[in-house]
Amino acid sequence: MASIQYILKRLALMVPTFILVMIIIFLLVRFLPGDPAVAIAGDRASDADLEAIRERLGLNEPMLVQFWLFVTNTLQGDLGRSILMRTPVTDVIFERLPTTAFLTVYAVVLSLLIAGPLAFVAALNRGKWPDAVIRTVFQVGLSMPVFYIGLILLTFLAARLHWFPVGGYGDTFGARLYHLFLPSVTVALYTSAIIMRNLRSAIIEVLDAEYVQFARAKGLPNRLILGRHVLRNALISTVTLLGLSIGGLMSGTLVTETVFAVPGVGRLMLEAIFARDYPLIQGLTLTFAVLVSVVFLLTDLFQSSLDPRMRLS
Amino acid sequence: MTNDMPILEVRDLCTTFSRGGVALPAVRDVSFNVGKGEVLGLVGESGSGKSVTLRSILGLSRRYGDVTGDVRWMGQDISRMPERKLRQIRGRDIAMIFQEPMTSLNPLLTVGMQLTETLKAHTDLGRAARRDRAIEMLDHVGIPSAASRLEEYPHQFSGGMRQRVMIAIALAANPKLLLADEPTTALDVTIQAQILDLILSLADELHMGVILVTHDLGVVAQTCENVAVMYAGRIVEQGSVRQVLRTPRHPYTVGLMRSVPQDVPPRTQLYSVPGTPPSLEALPAGCAFAPRCQNQTEACLSARPTLETISEGRAAACFNPMAIAQGEVA
Amino acid sequence: MTDITAISAEATPPQKTKLQLALRKPGFLIGTFIIGVSSLLALMPGVFAPLDPNFIDYNAVKQPPSWAHPFGTDMLGRDSLSRVIHAYSVNMQMAILATIFALIIGVVVGALVGFYRGIADMIFGRLVDAIITFPFLVLVIAVVAVLGPGLVNMYIAITLVGWVYYARLMRAEVIAQMGNDYASAGVVMGYSDSRIIFRHLLPNAITPVIVYWMTDMALAILLGSSLGYLGLGAQPPQAEWGVLIAEGRNFITTAWWLSLMPGIAIVLTGLGFSLVGDGLADLLRPRG
Repeated sequence: MASIQYILKRLALMVPTFILVMIIIFLLVRFLPGDPAVAIAGDRASDADLEAIRERLGLNEPMLVQFWLFVTNTLQGDLGRSILMRTPVTDVIFERLPTTAFLTVYAVVLSLLIAGPLAFVAALNRGKWPDAVIRTVFQVGLSMPVFYIGLILLTFLAARLHWFPVGGYGDTFGARLYHLFLPSVTVALYTSAIIMRNLRSAIIEVLDAEYVQFARAKGLPNRLILGRHVLRNALISTVTLLGLSIGGLMSGTLVTETVFAVPGVGRLMLEAIFARDYPLIQGLTLTFAVLVSVVFLLTDLFQSSLDPRMRLS
Repeated sequence: MTNDMPILEVRDLCTTFSRGGVALPAVRDVSFNVGKGEVLGLVGESGSGKSVTLRSILGLSRRYGDVTGDVRWMGQDISRMPERKLRQIRGRDIAMIFQEPMTSLNPLLTVGMQLTETLKAHTDLGRAARRDRAIEMLDHVGIPSAASRLEEYPHQFSGGMRQRVMIAIALAANPKLLLADEPTTALDVTIQAQILDLILSLADELHMGVILVTHDLGVVAQTCENVAVMYAGRIVEQGSVRQVLRTPRHPYTVGLMRSVPQDVPPRTQLYSVPGTPPSLEALPAGCAFAPRCQNQTEACLSARPTLETISEGRAAACFNPMAIAQGEVA
Repeated sequence: MTDITAISAEATPPQKTKLQLALRKPGFLIGTFIIGVSSLLALMPGVFAPLDPNFIDYNAVKQPPSWAHPFGTDMLGRDSLSRVIHAYSVNMQMAILATIFALIIGVVVGALVGFYRGIADMIFGRLVDAIITFPFLVLVIAVVAVLGPGLVNMYIAITLVGWVYYARLMRAEVIAQMGNDYASAGVVMGYSDSRIIFRHLLPNAITPVIVYWMTDMALAILLGSSLGYLGLGAQPPQAEWGVLIAEGRNFITTAWWLSLMPGIAIVLTGLGFSLVGDGLADLLRPRG
C-alpha cells in the first residue's frame, strides 16, 4: 500500500494548484457581467439596499481583501447563498451531488464492461476482422457528440419503445439503476470508445513484452498468461487513463444530465449560468475542481498500490 | 560429438515475418542437431536470425509470422504441435532464458511468484514444496539470503541478479535443453563471465543440453563443443568448435574470428567485418555475404552457395572457401 | 524480442513509400474525401443546397423526408437539407477558429518555457495543473457565461482553455529535442536563441502538435455543436448543427428527422478529421 508519507507529499503538491484554482474561479466570477448586488436584490431595490448588500458581501473592499474573504469563507464551508434557490450554495450542491456521483460511477462501470472485453477481443485478433469491426464501430462512436447519443437513445428506447423512463431518477437503488440506465449508457458509450482504443494498444504492447514472451517460454497456460501477466499490466494503464479522462467524463455527465433532465450538479451548472447565479457558479466550479483532484489522487494511490516500482519512489 | 541419438533435431527451419506487406525471411533452411548434454553455439551479428531460430524452436514465433520445417524433440515433431500440448514441453523439457533481464521479468509480480508459477505448471509439488524448491533454486544460482528475497520484486534486483533469477526460473523444472539467448550481452563485463560459468556448470551438473546464442566467437571457443555460424537468416558454416576455429572455411567466420581480440599487442585497432548486414527485405540475389566479402567473384553475385557437407558434421556455404594449409585435415 | 524488433526497424520503408502506404490506407483516403467534400460544402453552400435555408413555408411544416425535401422540413417549413448544408460553413469554421489560436499561442508559449525553463516554466507547470483540474467543458461554459453566449465568445473561451494543452505538448517535445545533438550544436555555434528555437527546435518538435491538432479539430466540432445545443454557442436562427438538433428536440417524437439528420453531418465530419488525424500520425511518426 501507498505510504502515509506519499499521500502527504501528494496532498502538499495540491496546495499551490488549488491556490491557482481559487484565483481562476475568483477572477472568472468577478468578470461576470452585471452587478452581483442587483442580481441578488433585484432591479427595483433601493440604492441603500444595494449598498448594504455590497457591504455585506465585501464588494467594496479591495480585490486582495475580497480574495482573502473568498478563500477563508470557502475553507469554512461557506460558499454564499444561491440567488436562484435562495438557500446556501453548499446545501444546493450537496443535495444534487449524490445523483451526479451515482451517474458517474454507473457510467464508469458500464464503460469498463463495454470496453474491457472488446479491447481484449480486438487485441487478441489484431489485424483480423473482429479487430477491424470493433475499431470501426468505436471510431464512429468517438465522433458522436454526447448530446446526440443521448437524444437518439431517449427518442427511440424511451419515447418510442417505452423500454426506459423518459425522465426522473428513482427513489430506491434499483429504481435509480433503471432510471439512470440510459444517461449512463450515453456517457459510457463515449468513454468506452476512449478506453477501448487505449486498452487495446496497451494489451498489444503487453502481449509483445519480453516478460510475456518469457511467461510463454515457461510453458504457462494461456489463461494464466492473460489473467496474471497481461491483465494486471493493462489494468494499470486503464486506471491511469480513466483517472486522466475524469474531466471529459464529467463534461459528458453535464451534457447528459441536461438531455435527460437528471437533477445533478451538471444540469445545475447550466441553470446557474443562465440565471447568472454567481455564488452558485463559483461553488459548482470549485466542486468540479475538487472532484477531479480527488479522482486524480485516488488514481495515483491505486496505481502505486498495483505497481511495486512506484511504492519506493 | 556425442554418440547418443540427438535430443533436438532441427530440419529446414524457415521463419518469415511480414511487415507492411513485405515478406521478411528471418530464418532460412536452418538445420542442426543437439545431443544430450551438448553445448551448441549459435553465432552471428544482430539480426542474423539467431534469436528467431530459438523462438521458432519453442513455437514462440508462430503468432508473429510463418514457420515451416521440422523441429523434432526426442523424435517427436513439435513444430506443428498445438499450443496446448507444446506448453507441456516448454519450460519442462526445453527452457529458455532471454537477453534482457531488465524487461524479461514481470515488474508487477514477485520473484517468488514468477518462480513458483513455473513449478505449478510443470510439477505436482504442493504450495510449501514449491516454495522450498524456489528457495533452493535461488540459492543454487547464487542469490544470497534466497528465502527473504522471494517476496521482492524484479526492480529490487541488479541486472546480474535478475539474470540469475531468470536462470533459476528456467531450470526450476529440470529441463533437458536450455535455449540461452545472448544471456550475458546486457550485463556488465565483470558479471558476464560469472553468468556464463553458472550456466555451463549447471548444464554439466544436470546433464542438460544448451544452445548458446552469442555474437562473440570468443565465448564459443571457451564454452561450446559445436558451433553454427549464421548470416542473414542462414547457417553459413557449422562443425565442431575445434575444427571451425582451426580451419574456418567461410570468409564470414574468419571475419568474426578476427574481431575477437587475442594475442595482439596493446593499442592494436580491433578488427570488424567491413560493411553492414543486408536488410532482410532486400537480400541480394547471390550470396548474402558477397557485398562484404574479400573472396567475392562473379558467381557469388548471381547464385547463392548451398551449405555443402565437407566431412562428418562439418559444412560451409561458400563458392570460394578459405584455403586450407597443407597437411591439415578438415 | 531483440531480433524481431531489429527486423521491424530494418523494415521501415523510406519516406516516399510511406506516403504511398498512407494513401493506400482506406481510412486515410475516406477521411481525406470526407474533409474535401465538407470543405466544398462549407465554402459554397449556396451551390449545393437545393433551397434557401431561411425560406419559410407555412404550408409545408414538419414534412417527413421526401424527394422534394430529402431531410424533411422543420417547424417553420424550412428545408432541412439546405439548413444542414449551410451549417457546414459554421461548423467547419469551428474546426479552424476554435483551434488555430490555441495552437499558435500554445506552440509559442510551450517552446519558450521548454527552452528557457526556470521560474516561468514552474509557473506554467502549476497553471497546467490548475487548468486540467477543471473539466474542460465546465471551464469553457464558465468563460462563455462571463463573455455571454455566441460564436465569437465561444471561440475565445475554447482558446483561453485550449492553448494550455498545446503548450504542454510542445514544451515536452522541445525538452526532448533539446537533448538531441543538433540543438546543443546550435548553442555551441553561437546562434541566437530565437534562431535555435524557431529554426531548429520548432520544426522538429511540431509534428506531434500537428497530429494532435487534427484530433482537436474533430473535438472542436463536437464541442462547438454541444455548446450550440446547450444554447451557449451559435444562436438561432443561424443554421448550426447543434442549434438544428436543439430546434428539433421539441418535436422529436413527431419529427425525428429534424434532430437526426444534422447529427449525421456531425458524426461524418468528426470521423473525417479523426481518420485524417490517424493517417497523419502514422505518416509523421518517426518510426514505422
